[in-house]
Amino acid sequence: MNRFVLPVVVFLALAGVLYIGVRHSPNKSTMVSALLGKPAPPFELPVLGDPARKFNSRELAGRPWVLNVWGTWCGECRVEHDTLLAIAQQNRVPLVGLNWKDDDEAAQQWLTQLGNPYGVVAADREGRTAINFGVYGAPETFFIDADGMVQYRHVGAMTAEVWQREFLSRLPKAGMP
Amino acid sequence: MKRLWVALLLVSSAAFAVDTTVLPDPELQQRYEALTHELRCMQCMNNSIADSPVGLASDLRRDVKELLETGKTDDEIRAYMVQRYGNVILFTPPMSGSSAWVWILPALAAIAGLLIGVRIVRRRTSLVDQDESVVDSEEKAQ
Repeated sequence: MNRFVLPVVVFLALAGVLYIGVRHSPNKSTMVSALLGKPAPPFELPVLGDPARKFNSRELAGRPWVLNVWGTWCGECRVEHDTLLAIAQQNRVPLVGLNWKDDDEAAQQWLTQLGNPYGVVAADREGRTAINFGVYGAPETFFIDADGMVQYRHVGAMTAEVWQREFLSRLPKAGMP
Repeated sequence: MKRLWVALLLVSSAAFAVDTTVLPDPELQQRYEALTHELRCMQCMNNSIADSPVGLASDLRRDVKELLETGKTDDEIRAYMVQRYGNVILFTPPMSGSSAWVWILPALAAIAGLLIGVRIVRRRTSLVDQDESVVDSEEKAQ
């Protein structure tokens, strides 16, 4: 009897380790941003549709805002677009678009045809701002608090449920100064 | 003939290489190649940025090249990547914090395996001794 105990214990331990490995394998939904709780990297980029103007992320210092990374080449961005439009209608928090490695003309056409949920869209043509944010696949959406800290990153298409649970809940209560 | 095959192989592998960056300084080139092979392409989990044709990988290679040219050390470049993407971007995780167990566990398993192996060998050799003694006594009896 005794000689079976050790192999069974070893087997269960190994199975447990492998199970954890399979459950926590890095995939889009489980990867936590390395920037959480850290200052959002500041950036200054030309505004889409008005390249003479520059958008500086410091313009939003002192209040919470949301950064949505998108591109016209990205299929999931099309999927989340209607949700973003609905979010923009609520008008609870500034929504900044980061148009990642895209074509100016295609991006403008996209917004004209589908509607523009963004207060402003910054054009990241070389992908440097996206790398500073640790972006690895569009769409990604970041919540940045009033102190300029990254509080949350959602990878994949935004949904009404994620918006409610992870973004609206992080806004200061209405009525606060 | 053999030389021809080797030459053909070399030519074809160069033709299929994703990354054709060449830095003027051979020492920098060597460090560039080593670094791009140890950084994960985040979009295609099990490729390095050296082997991946996707846009993000080429952007990360550009960053590695620029950082090398501005005189950054290998460790500073790794830290630059980890700061943005986390430890997961390194194929070799650090030995500290929560990733330490991936180093400790295999070592423990190897030691345990060695101990079990030694025990089995010891037990079997002692059995062989007993067998011989039986044979001896039978021979003596004859």
